[in-house]
Amino acid sequence: MDWFPLYNSLRVALFSTCITFFAGIFAAHYAAKLPRVAKGALDCLLTLPLVLPPTVVGFFLLKTIGPLGPVGSVALRSSGLRLTMSWYSAIFSTSVVAFPLMYRTARGAFESLDKTLLYSGRTLGLSDTYLFWRVVIPNCKQGILAGTVLAFARALGEYGATSMVAGYIPGRTAMISTTVYQLWREGNDALAYKWVAVNLIISFVVLAAVNLLESARDKPKEHLETLSGRT
Amino acid sequence: MSIYVDIRKKLGSFSLEARFEAKDETLALLGASGCGKSLTLKCVAGVEKPDSGVILVNGRTFFDSEKGVNLPPQKRKVGMLFQNCSLFPNMTVKENILAVLTHAKNNACADARLRSLIKRFYLESLENHYPCQLSGGQQQRAALARMMGREPEIIMLDEPFSALDSYLRWQLELELMKTLDGFRGTAILVSHNRDEVYRLCDKVCPMENGGAKKIYGKKELFDNPGTLAECMLSGCKNYSGIKKTGEKSVYAIDWETELKCAAPVPENAVFIGVRAHYVTPARDGESDNIVPCRVSRVIDNLFSVIIMMSPRGIEQRGGYRGIRMELSRQEAEGIKTGDLINIYIDPKNIILLSE
Repeated sequence: MDWFPLYNSLRVALFSTCITFFAGIFAAHYAAKLPRVAKGALDCLLTLPLVLPPTVVGFFLLKTIGPLGPVGSVALRSSGLRLTMSWYSAIFSTSVVAFPLMYRTARGAFESLDKTLLYSGRTLGLSDTYLFWRVVIPNCKQGILAGTVLAFARALGEYGATSMVAGYIPGRTAMISTTVYQLWREGNDALAYKWVAVNLIISFVVLAAVNLLESARDKPKEHLETLSGRT
Repeated sequence: MSIYVDIRKKLGSFSLEARFEAKDETLALLGASGCGKSLTLKCVAGVEKPDSGVILVNGRTFFDSEKGVNLPPQKRKVGMLFQNCSLFPNMTVKENILAVLTHAKNNACADARLRSLIKRFYLESLENHYPCQLSGGQQQRAALARMMGREPEIIMLDEPFSALDSYLRWQLELELMKTLDGFRGTAILVSHNRDEVYRLCDKVCPMENGGAKKIYGKKELFDNPGTLAECMLSGCKNYSGIKKTGEKSVYAIDWETELKCAAPVPENAVFIGVRAHYVTPARDGESDNIVPCRVSRVIDNLFSVIIMMSPRGIEQRGGYRGIRMELSRQEAEGIKTGDLINIYIDPKNIILLSE
């Protein structure tokens, strides 16, 4: 069995998780500060990839990073880089599709954080940067981690946009999702089943991780409350 | 050292209009929940921005809408203690205090200052605990220590006791008294509890529906509030509409009784108030200021008995009709629902109120 699709999928998912991690957190952080109308508009725009059919996302991406698109043509002319139909093309498509998951979970975590912490921090003279890194992020850790895991899983499972942007080239752009489709078309059920099993295992691990993280959110408190009896 | 506040802010259908000033003293903003007390403090602290107005503290302009000044909260040196715990949950008590001590540019001897704060607020055994391991009172004590670590020029306390049960509340109150005694500067306490305000503050600014305009000495407000709303804030329970009948006498419309007052009745007086503690059963021989009542309910309080009565035996039709009397258990002995009793209201205990 050729393990390239697994390797490629993991590689793409890791890169796009990194991108969505930072982009999602910062988008969530700045969206939370905006006035209500602007926030609503930005929110719609940023969540759109979650509800659009992946093929529509793929279409937009091809029009943008394709050899004739505004970004793709510049990359091609300046450095001879073809942004579509190579392994890293999938990073673009998976990032866009996974971004809303990261953004929305991070935003939910930020919004549920007690504003009093920030208010008191500011009156105590602590800078906004300090408060963001030392108070907001640590206290939203579980939410942010859960978002990261979800984004990773989505990136791993993305098919529609990826197949349009990166295609299926065995040994070059093949990913688990595109491989399963290809194997089914070829009627190679035996191998398809193996990849389905791989996919199921990964998904199961990811969901278990998310559940653990979410239950950990309330757990430390319960545990510590029993301790406080001593004081 | 002083504070001057004159601000306006609209928030949906709610509009805040606060105007007060204070010197080196403890001022209370006394008002029901939702009247804009906390919002006022947040505006002074700088975490909320007023629509217009001026905030001056110790000669520094914190906010001036006309000059376009709006200092960020970090530059205001305001110490604010919040209703619920504001300690950072991810840091221990020690780390919480150190965050403030070491963040300032001048962080020399942060360790010595940490030690003295920990000692002063009795946090020695708690310094390595996380906030969720502390009781509500301990949390507020640690937050107080952290706030004092900032060396604030003005202290603001936003209902600091509201999340505590009565024993812890008293402990923290004593702690706060000590802190306020040693503090040279203005302190503002926001509260809806008149007892707390009376014990901790020198002056009181009553707040109602987002409006705060007049400042009273605390004795003045509790002895002689000017309006019906302020009298209600001070905790007075019995009211009646009045008609002036003479230089020093009124007809209490709701109680259907003519009453004598100790002071001349001002022209704009339209209500009277009488505190429940000052209503007593009439003794033999007293003939003035007597209201015949039917006891409608006897309620056992912890250390006293509350007797609800309807004047002239007429069932309450809403409004201010009912009279509430608070007696010791001994005095209340034998009084039952349905009894007819005469009550006496001393002329000097009648508070004359304008609208």
